[in-house]
Amino acid sequence: MSKRLIELNNISKSFNGNLVLDELDLYIRENEFLTLLGPSGCGKTTTLRIIGGFETPDTGSVMFNGTDITSLPPNKRQLNTVFQKYALFTHMNIEDNIAFGLKIKGKSDKYIKDKIEYALRLVNLEGYGKRMPDSLSGGQQQRIAIARAIVNEPKVLLLDEPLGALDLKLRQDMQYELIRLKEELGITFVYVTHDQEEALTMSDTIVVMNQGYIQQIGTPEDIYNEPENAFVADFIGDSNIIDGIMLQDELVMFLGTKFPCVDTGFGTNKPVDVVIRPEDVILSPPERGSLNGVVTHLIFKGVHYEMEVQAGGYEWLVHSTTMYPVGAEVGLSVDPFNIQIMNKPASEDEEAVSIEE
Amino acid sequence: MKNRLSSSLKRLYIALIFIFLYAPIVTLIVLSFNASRTRAKWGGFTFKWYVSLFSNRDIMGALYTTLMIALISSAVATVMGVLTCIGLRFMRPGTRSFILGVTNIPMLNADIVTGISLMLLFLSMGMRFGFGTILLSHITFNIPYVILSIMPRMKNLNMSVYEAAMDLGASPMYAFIKVVMPELLPGILSGFLLAFTMSLDDFIITHFTKGAGIDTLSTKIYTEVKKGIKPEMYALSTIIFVTVLILLILVNKPDKNNKAKENTPSPIVIP
Amino acid sequence: MKNKKDRTKLMSGPYLFWALAFIIIPLCMIFYYGLTDRSGAFTMQNIMSIATAEHSKALWLSIGLSLIATLICLLLGYPLAAILARMKNRSGIIVFIFILPMWMNFLLRTLAWQTLLEKTGVINSVLAALNLPSINIINTSYAIVLGMVYNFLPFMVLPLYNSLTRIDDNVLNAAADLGANGVQTFLKITLPLTIPGIISGITMVFVPALTTFVISKLLGGSKILLIGNVIEEQFTQTGNWHLGSGLSIVLMVFIIFNMVISAVFDKNGEGNVL
Repeated sequence: MSKRLIELNNISKSFNGNLVLDELDLYIRENEFLTLLGPSGCGKTTTLRIIGGFETPDTGSVMFNGTDITSLPPNKRQLNTVFQKYALFTHMNIEDNIAFGLKIKGKSDKYIKDKIEYALRLVNLEGYGKRMPDSLSGGQQQRIAIARAIVNEPKVLLLDEPLGALDLKLRQDMQYELIRLKEELGITFVYVTHDQEEALTMSDTIVVMNQGYIQQIGTPEDIYNEPENAFVADFIGDSNIIDGIMLQDELVMFLGTKFPCVDTGFGTNKPVDVVIRPEDVILSPPERGSLNGVVTHLIFKGVHYEMEVQAGGYEWLVHSTTMYPVGAEVGLSVDPFNIQIMNKPASEDEEAVSIEE
Repeated sequence: MKNRLSSSLKRLYIALIFIFLYAPIVTLIVLSFNASRTRAKWGGFTFKWYVSLFSNRDIMGALYTTLMIALISSAVATVMGVLTCIGLRFMRPGTRSFILGVTNIPMLNADIVTGISLMLLFLSMGMRFGFGTILLSHITFNIPYVILSIMPRMKNLNMSVYEAAMDLGASPMYAFIKVVMPELLPGILSGFLLAFTMSLDDFIITHFTKGAGIDTLSTKIYTEVKKGIKPEMYALSTIIFVTVLILLILVNKPDKNNKAKENTPSPIVIP
Repeated sequence: MKNKKDRTKLMSGPYLFWALAFIIIPLCMIFYYGLTDRSGAFTMQNIMSIATAEHSKALWLSIGLSLIATLICLLLGYPLAAILARMKNRSGIIVFIFILPMWMNFLLRTLAWQTLLEKTGVINSVLAALNLPSINIINTSYAIVLGMVYNFLPFMVLPLYNSLTRIDDNVLNAAADLGANGVQTFLKITLPLTIPGIISGITMVFVPALTTFVISKLLGGSKILLIGNVIEEQFTQTGNWHLGSGLSIVLMVFIIFNMVISAVFDKNGEGNVL
């Protein structure tokens, strides 16, 4: 793997007595697309603002390329930010917006002109240079905000929920656009979002955060398939999270039924959380599954049917391409490989404990 | 370190502005306790002006006129302002901005010009200068403040709540009172208070539209300037000021976020 | 439905009548009086009399003093508005700065400066106690400017404050992010974005300062005449309404010029006081 470009060590930050980040440790590699993902108030934006230099942490240090930049003001940092709601300068035209950072640095007119042209081409907005920001659509303003940041050739681009204000279709288009940009520029992206789909689509690494703690760091596949705790499982996609007891290695009991699984090392007779994705529940005619149940709700979702099945005293969420009508008796089974076992938190608090690799 | 320095500089700056704004007010309050009749020298502490104030017919009469003018003119202006805003909503944008432009005139124009223009009007109509002419003038310069306080709320008003109320069976009048009024109320209240304050503090327009034999506090003070202000006037001003100060503190204290925003006369408090 | 809409429109009726009778017609009366003589015949004499030595001196002095007062208000008010806009719990302070002083009568407030500024007044006593030289500005143009700044400073701060609070924090952050230091951010971002507020503030201070007759009377002694004093005398002492109206028309040229400028710079009403 490439080297660590940014390191956050032991970062804590509170606002008016509210602890927003608690002893956070995180590193970001060169050329990585890293996403900070979590619900609002989880500390993801604060983390980004600390990297950008808009907040100073109460404790801890921020290292950039081996040097401590904790107290360096934003205008001295080699990174640029794309802000929520774009923060374009409404009194300047597009060209002047893009040229802002370059003029401050005292670049030559020729250089600036070339850069503007290059940046506008990069974000597919050639010919928009003389327009005012207000006359552009949300998606176009977003691209200008990105162009304004990247002409400064930052080592890292910080993006704070940049697609939050766009509608769904545009958001999906922009996701591909951002991936393309990242490839072309070959720089590090640090991306903040609360949208799990966005995170899964674009990231190399996802950092799931909640209540100021990092819950899990991993590739999109890791995070989706092997959530480390109930919070991550619940936040990333829909899940059936069921109380269970790990009887021994590779055997778990829940809802009064024993299921073989692939997890080991939990000890014997240990209470655990069992996570099963709705698409991993296999429906069959009754008596052919491990559990019997009755379909209580049915919705057609296009790609699949979403069903709720009452079985073993639990309301299962099931995604299936085969339709069973409401009231039908079905059998449920799960491939051992798709049963995810997680330790129960010892207390409510521990649900938010940082789990570092 | 740098932050602490700049924040204490800021505090110092605000403090200096406060001293600048309040030094005259403190001076007046001190003068109201001055036993000497002239403001030039301090003659010891006394409460006597506060007592003699209430037997001073001139001052009490001017106070009565001032309050009546302020109360009636701001009430009439508020009623007319609310009706106007509702009507404006249904007009074509062009007509609306023309009317709002005319409304802006008394606010942007110089008071002396407004005062003179009204004086000429009353003269040419052969009206007797007195309570009536003052009242008409005050209503005229108060309406713009009311309209400009209500209009922003009117613009933001979601008409579908009104339609929803009617959809649920309310009569238009009932829907208006139950649904639209509560939305406008903060604007109406602040408009009324602003108009009241403006009317109370006005001197110039009253100066040109009043007749002999009637005075508001402002014009009374103006005529006293040459002979020397009666200390009772300082006492009265202090009473008014302290009353408003206490009211403002009461309104601001218990529920800082809501009440302060809704009740203070200045809509700028509504971010 | 159409009928109902028309009926609702009628609710503006009383005010439209009022505005015609008490705003538009009175202004027309000024023009009528200003452009006629006592016999009712058309004349430019009233307006041209601004060129006489006495009147033009008063006008130039008014323009000079009100420009100085406006500039001082801008220089004092901008930092104040900027500090207020950055404060968290500001509603209280704003009320105390802008609303509360209005409840102490305008004339008394201004008169109090006499007591403060007099040769043996409060300020000089304090200065003497500190062994500093005394200031003698009462009954001079300086005192008039001070009175203008004192009375109209809030009108400058309010629109500035409104346009400053309208700037998104992230726009300033973006400028810093792109390498601008504090001064650069102020000059390239904050200042241009607050131009509507600045223009509106200048208008709000310049017009009343230009036209005042009270402040000059209370703080300037009887020797200093501003154009406002000249006009006021025509109405309350000389009784020459035609001349007073003519001079008012001259004054209105400045006021209208001011309004046009503020309308051009402030299309969205951003700098409105309200």
